[in-house]
Amino acid sequence: MYSEIVMNHFKNPRNVGEIPDADGVGEVGNPMCGDIMNVFIKVKDNRIADIKFKTFGCGAAIAVSSMITEMAKGKTLEEAMRISNKDVAQALGGLPQNKLHCSNLGADALHAAIKNYLDRKAGKVPDLEKAREEHVAAPGGETCYCPYCFKEVAEEAPFCIFCGREIPHEH
Amino acid sequence: MGVIYLDHLSGTPLHPKVKEAMIAHINTVFGNPVSDHRIGQQAAQALEKARSQVAALINADPKEIVFESGGTESVNHAIKGVAIGLREKGRHIITTNIEHKSVLNSLRTLRLLDYQVTSLDVDRYGLVDPAQVEKAITPDTILISIMLANNEIGTIEPIADIAKIAQKHKVVFHTDAVAAVGVIPVDVKELGVDLLSLAANQFYGPPGVGALYIKRGTPVWPLLDGGMQENKRRAGTENLIGIVGMGVAAEMARLEMPERLPRLRALRDRLKEGLLAQIPEIIINGHPTQNLPHLLSVSIKYVEGESLMLMLDEEGIAVATRSACASGSLRASHVLIATGLDFATAQGTLLFSVGRDTTETDIDRVIETLPPIVQTLREMSPLYKKEQAL
Repeated sequence: MYSEIVMNHFKNPRNVGEIPDADGVGEVGNPMCGDIMNVFIKVKDNRIADIKFKTFGCGAAIAVSSMITEMAKGKTLEEAMRISNKDVAQALGGLPQNKLHCSNLGADALHAAIKNYLDRKAGKVPDLEKAREEHVAAPGGETCYCPYCFKEVAEEAPFCIFCGREIPHEH
Repeated sequence: MGVIYLDHLSGTPLHPKVKEAMIAHINTVFGNPVSDHRIGQQAAQALEKARSQVAALINADPKEIVFESGGTESVNHAIKGVAIGLREKGRHIITTNIEHKSVLNSLRTLRLLDYQVTSLDVDRYGLVDPAQVEKAITPDTILISIMLANNEIGTIEPIADIAKIAQKHKVVFHTDAVAAVGVIPVDVKELGVDLLSLAANQFYGPPGVGALYIKRGTPVWPLLDGGMQENKRRAGTENLIGIVGMGVAAEMARLEMPERLPRLRALRDRLKEGLLAQIPEIIINGHPTQNLPHLLSVSIKYVEGESLMLMLDEEGIAVATRSACASGSLRASHVLIATGLDFATAQGTLLFSVGRDTTETDIDRVIETLPPIVQTLREMSPLYKKEQAL
């Protein structure tokens, strides 16, 4: 089901933990979509000097978290902002179609951490607690999304009524 | 060290006697049961023997057994067959929120054809209230389909009580008994159901073969149209090798059940007690006493089920998880959500099902292996510390 690289990162995740005096923190996901990822960064001379993560999620989510911290470490903020979900999935040797959204989570969390750092530098103090609650409330309970075109689809729909592609179900 | 297989709900290994019978059958019989020559009649005899064996397991008349390609086809046949058979009488069907997907999705198809479905809530143990079933019946109701035992939390539903209500209102009653037949005693006459689905791979028979019990006189239209096999109720040449296996599996289940059942329950309880003692903040799902003896559903807070399953697999322990139905987002089990579990906790669920080859040593290895895995994943989880701090 998973590539060797995914299993390697899942079994030996790099950079697990928190940075108590982080310069930037990114939090994305919520229990309803199944994964939650927090990214902590330390920034020095416009570069990501240190990075750690904490993730609640499936094997793919943990591997994505580990991989993206590896990829971002030592990069300038601009370079790190350009790391896309595709880059992460590719570096992992691919992800199963129905787990591709996990790679979005990784890139989003990294970018959120950088944005949080820039906001703090600009003197804005974002309320993380509030942002978190908005995330939890946003999907509205029973929402399902097509993994290809990301439009909302009916629960258990066998195919997406927007893009017409078959939606993989796990069982 | 061999793999410890604790996923018998997904499928059981073949009973040695089943394997033996299937191989003997392949070696000696190849005819088609519908052929009138002696080669064909040899096949017909094997078919009818298996039918009697399966009937005996659930106390049915052999004539009331129709072989199918598994539990899913059996359920589809029952639900769609009654919907078509009684289309002139009414269009309303009653079910519950915790049924197997073969029930849910059969009803999804019928909704497209303008049938109305009432899906009943369950309590925190997953129990259906018979009074709610009676309240949901309308003059338009043609079918009630409620599972005998839930395949994710093990709760055994009050099927006999619901059957009485169905009889009183002259509504056809189907029960999906796939997770129960061959594990616990199931008697169609005691239950009073009209239709009952079962599958061989739940009791050490082969996959891809099942049966539908159709009480004499129940108006069920065929799902597969064609020839006159299975007394015109299921067309198509029978999967005779599988059916022979199912027959022997049914006989072995009936004979071995008095010994199997308490053993499975003891193993399951050992696992339950061990995990409760070793891992803080876990929840045992399902009804505490009215449950399948071989199943244990455990929700482990702050961690996700697939991660747990993968790590156990690395340690040579095969279990199931019901964490995901991946339509873009990982989704928690509809059964666990129906019993009131929150999304995050439902995601962290492992489903253990023990079998006749499981030993106490296997159970002890799981009790030893799982706690450090949980700890590793909890330390990785952003939910762990946060909720602890509150």
